[in-house]
Amino acid sequence: MSVDRATVARIASLARINMSEEDLDTLVPEFNNILNFVEQLSEVNVEGVEPMTSVIPNHQRLREDKVNADPLTGGDIRDKVLANAPAAEHGFFGVPKVIE
Amino acid sequence: MSNYRIQGATGEWEVVIGLEVHAQVTSEAKLFSSSSTSFGAEPNTQVSLIDAAMPGMLPVPNQECIRQAVRTGMAINAQINKYSRFDRKNYFYADLPQGYQISQLYHPIVGEGELLIEADEKAGLPEDKVIGIERIHVEQDAGKLMHDQHPTMSYVDLNRCGVALMEIVSRPDMTSPAEAGAYLAKLRSILRYVGSCDGNMDQGSMRADVNVSVRRPGEPFGTRTETKNVNSVRFVMQVVEVEARRQVELIEDGGTVVQETRLFDPTSGTTRSMRSKEDAHDYRYFPDPDLLPVELDDAFLQECKASLPELPDAKRARYVETLGLTAYNARELTAEVETFARFETLLAETAKALGKDEAKLATQVANWSLSVAPGVLKSLGEEADPAHSTAEAQAKILKMQDAGEISGGQAKEIYEIVLKTGRDPEEVADAEGLKQVSDTGAIEAKIDEVLAANQDKVEQYRGGKDKLFGFFVGQTMKATQGKANPQVVNEILKQKLG
Amino acid sequence: MHPRPNTAFSVCRKLSNDDGLRRLRRYARKGGKRRQGAQGFIPNSRLGGHHDTHIRTRSVTDLTELGIKAIREGVKAGDFTAREVAEAFNASVAGAEKLNAFITATPEKALASADAVDADRAAGKALGSMAGVPLGIKDLFATEGVQTSAASHILEGFTPQYESTVSRKLWEAGAGMLGKVNLDQFAMGSSNESSYFGEVVSPWRKQGSDAKLAPGGSSGGSSAAVAARLAPAATGTDTGGSIRQPAAFTGITGIKPTYGRCSRWGIVAFASSLDQAGPMAKDVTDCAIMLEAMAGFDPKDSTSLDMPVPNWEAALSADLKGKKVGIPKEYRMDGLSADVAKAWDDGVQWLKDAGAEVVEISLPHTKYALASYYIIAPAEASSNLARYDGVRYGLRDLPEGANLQDMYAATRAAGFGDEVKRRILIGTYVLSAGFYDAYYNQAQKVRTLIQRDFTNAFEQCDVILAPTAPTAAFALGEKTGDPLEMYMGDVFSVPASLAGLPAMSVPSGLNAEGLPLGLQIIGKPFDEQGVLNAGLALEERAGFTAKPQKWW
Repeated sequence: MSVDRATVARIASLARINMSEEDLDTLVPEFNNILNFVEQLSEVNVEGVEPMTSVIPNHQRLREDKVNADPLTGGDIRDKVLANAPAAEHGFFGVPKVIE
Repeated sequence: MSNYRIQGATGEWEVVIGLEVHAQVTSEAKLFSSSSTSFGAEPNTQVSLIDAAMPGMLPVPNQECIRQAVRTGMAINAQINKYSRFDRKNYFYADLPQGYQISQLYHPIVGEGELLIEADEKAGLPEDKVIGIERIHVEQDAGKLMHDQHPTMSYVDLNRCGVALMEIVSRPDMTSPAEAGAYLAKLRSILRYVGSCDGNMDQGSMRADVNVSVRRPGEPFGTRTETKNVNSVRFVMQVVEVEARRQVELIEDGGTVVQETRLFDPTSGTTRSMRSKEDAHDYRYFPDPDLLPVELDDAFLQECKASLPELPDAKRARYVETLGLTAYNARELTAEVETFARFETLLAETAKALGKDEAKLATQVANWSLSVAPGVLKSLGEEADPAHSTAEAQAKILKMQDAGEISGGQAKEIYEIVLKTGRDPEEVADAEGLKQVSDTGAIEAKIDEVLAANQDKVEQYRGGKDKLFGFFVGQTMKATQGKANPQVVNEILKQKLG
Repeated sequence: MHPRPNTAFSVCRKLSNDDGLRRLRRYARKGGKRRQGAQGFIPNSRLGGHHDTHIRTRSVTDLTELGIKAIREGVKAGDFTAREVAEAFNASVAGAEKLNAFITATPEKALASADAVDADRAAGKALGSMAGVPLGIKDLFATEGVQTSAASHILEGFTPQYESTVSRKLWEAGAGMLGKVNLDQFAMGSSNESSYFGEVVSPWRKQGSDAKLAPGGSSGGSSAAVAARLAPAATGTDTGGSIRQPAAFTGITGIKPTYGRCSRWGIVAFASSLDQAGPMAKDVTDCAIMLEAMAGFDPKDSTSLDMPVPNWEAALSADLKGKKVGIPKEYRMDGLSADVAKAWDDGVQWLKDAGAEVVEISLPHTKYALASYYIIAPAEASSNLARYDGVRYGLRDLPEGANLQDMYAATRAAGFGDEVKRRILIGTYVLSAGFYDAYYNQAQKVRTLIQRDFTNAFEQCDVILAPTAPTAAFALGEKTGDPLEMYMGDVFSVPASLAGLPAMSVPSGLNAEGLPLGLQIIGKPFDEQGVLNAGLALEERAGFTAKPQKWW
């Protein structure tokens, strides 16, 4: 199966990555090479096979309902949360104005 | 089936409604981090490194959120899936730091269930109806954007981000605004009984996405629209009405309904299309590889089951069958958690005070709770301090009334004083002279005076003018300033008049 | 606005000696791509030595020949101080700029940890299992207060306010940090050429050639640093071979434990269901020691294994009597170089010599492993990397008049390198509407079959012996033109990753061109001990002592 330029452009847009025409020139054939390679999976008989869910048998642990049980998983750390923000203002993250 | 129909220019139309209700799960901490869920904190103070999606952060589910979803599922007689999974729903938005919402698409925790909406003629519900519930899944809430604080920027507050939500998805089983409203009200009531959601719709703890389509009676489903984030029962009913009407007019004018997301504007009472993003529907769901399948064991499920309270339908039935209440009173008393809780406490308190069976007092207490007490409270307005309205105080009033020490009117008067001052009802009755006189001697003396002063009437009565009995009662009550126990007055009068 | 410091300038002001001026010129040349940790650590400083009042006969270069165990024991015995060790390695790091193995050097951190160990020893306190050992930390592990870039532009300048579980455990065991080592951008690559901070050059060269070779990837900074004696050991992460292949390319030892042994908390995610941290060190014993310090249950990681960490070091044994070693017949494939085939045969003989019985096994779905991997890993990555959007940290590219979605697309276009973009797009595509079942779900089913192959094979054997990579190190630039060709190099490492199995690479010798080759041992789930023991048996018999000649 071959993917056309418009499809790659649509996927790039879905992934929120700007692509110039030159970028697409390089990417489209690479994209198709990789897809052609992975295409071989379709020949594997997977009848009755469950998709992998956890690679090592393990069950989901559930944590206790406790606020700030661990400083690394809890709140009240606004300074840390905002420390790397490109535009932190008045305790908020600033983004270009969104019109809803 | 409701017979709600829209009269279009070309004939009758039927409306089909499904609701997706997002209910905030009652928990202390968030679904995948231990930051607090409490409402109204300073921006970004209830945000953990996980909620802010810092590099390398990982989710671990909160057991209480899973438990509440399971309990809710049990409350709607739903299938509980012992195996469930979390999936990622991928999209980009500023209120979604991870770039995906952790939700459950392929294996939700709760499967098929149902909910009963009761007949209520006045509300336009001619008969009981069962509404199917397709599923309940658990997912993360998003953050919040503020648009009005800066000329060129929106501000992002992630306090809500990661709070657990239950999405409760109904079948398209509702066919009138009344049914949609009743469904939401009943669902809210169940969630509040179970304690899995506080149901505060104005704070956004519960909101509904309303799916509406129209069709000619008996024909296949039409194209539906989804009106997002409707936050009251009244608005849900309004959305159904205006959206169905809009669709009918659109179709009758030769247009077609587009499957889209719409917003409701309560001010104008209309819905409008949200600017649709071209890739809004390609969410690229896949199982979240940071999380493992959730597998629930029998002990966990048993605890969930055992912790469920008596639910609205069961309670209503018991009120009618065991307590002998009218269907109306039973429905009124069971609709809200606070109402039945107050009623049951008062009933127990009164039964204890009187040493009587609850069933014998239920009607009296129900009347007090539903009409007498609210009436007094309402008439006092701001003067009343509801904190004074304790079960203990009310039980004392009901006890005095039951024992014939006070009349119905006195009960109201005493309650008024209690609400205003917090004084003890018995003390009020004594101090304010708000008591019936049951002392036979005192009453007898008064009666003797009345009879002596009206010898002529006594003769007439004895001569067969039975109707004069009421006159003697009235005179006695007047002589005792209305404080005599009418029953005692009656008995003595009968004796004396022979 | 939250002001972003002009890094090059702030570093400049902190440096007063000639070394600093020289470095500043280099920063200017490189357009400020390198940066230091936010606290302005003086890079490659040699200023600390004046504290040392001891007169030692041992020369500084000697100490950099030592591995984890030797350093720990030497510090404990008082043969040398932890500070001397840190200084020696700091000096090595400072003198190896040509290798570009480090993105950020943190000599002060190394010295501070060393001083703490020396103080503890002086106070008679018990020392940790990694006491006095300074490490290179792959720049994928979040380190509090020190830039964590994942070798990307989009995270350039990102200073975590938290420490990854694995690095925290290492510090608690007494280790120190020499700096953050280079890698393929977001760990995506097999040659370390996708780093935004420039390629890492292997310290190895072919005989009679000075062509630059790849140190392997993605943990290429780690492998180069250990091979070049810039660090006695380094952390690595392995998604499809990123510890084992660079270890093989540079003549060092590295182990990827069972999935879930090491917490992923605080490690920049590439593909969640595959990512595992592990040690890269000089020998098997050092790997055992360091893995023990890194591993352990972490309640913050849902996929973390809640089981005790065995004392692997204490149970090391090269005696393989009663053990069966499986040789997968499907791994004898086209493209396997003759010298690698020869090394594999040597390995078989060595394990027999150690007492093991060798049996042929079959892993029938081997040929589908790469295709499965190159769907699953990009799919997970496309979602894991969605958080790099310019809102909360890292790069923001906000063109004039751009709206929010424009900002995302501009930021991500500017912030991600080509290989990262390629994988995000492949991943986005295979998850997109209508393709999920054909690609992602199919790949996960094939993954189940691959895992089943291993389960069946382990009924016949205890460990599996295979080459780590089909060839020795290739030249930088040799494979950059064809992404698919680069992917093919992962053919032997990817299957164990897909099955979550412990696997390690041990150097077996040099090929005809004088380049190291690695042998891979794959074990059953949780049986790191079996893997380490077989690795030790190989190591003892291989007698690998070669090291790259210093040219940098």
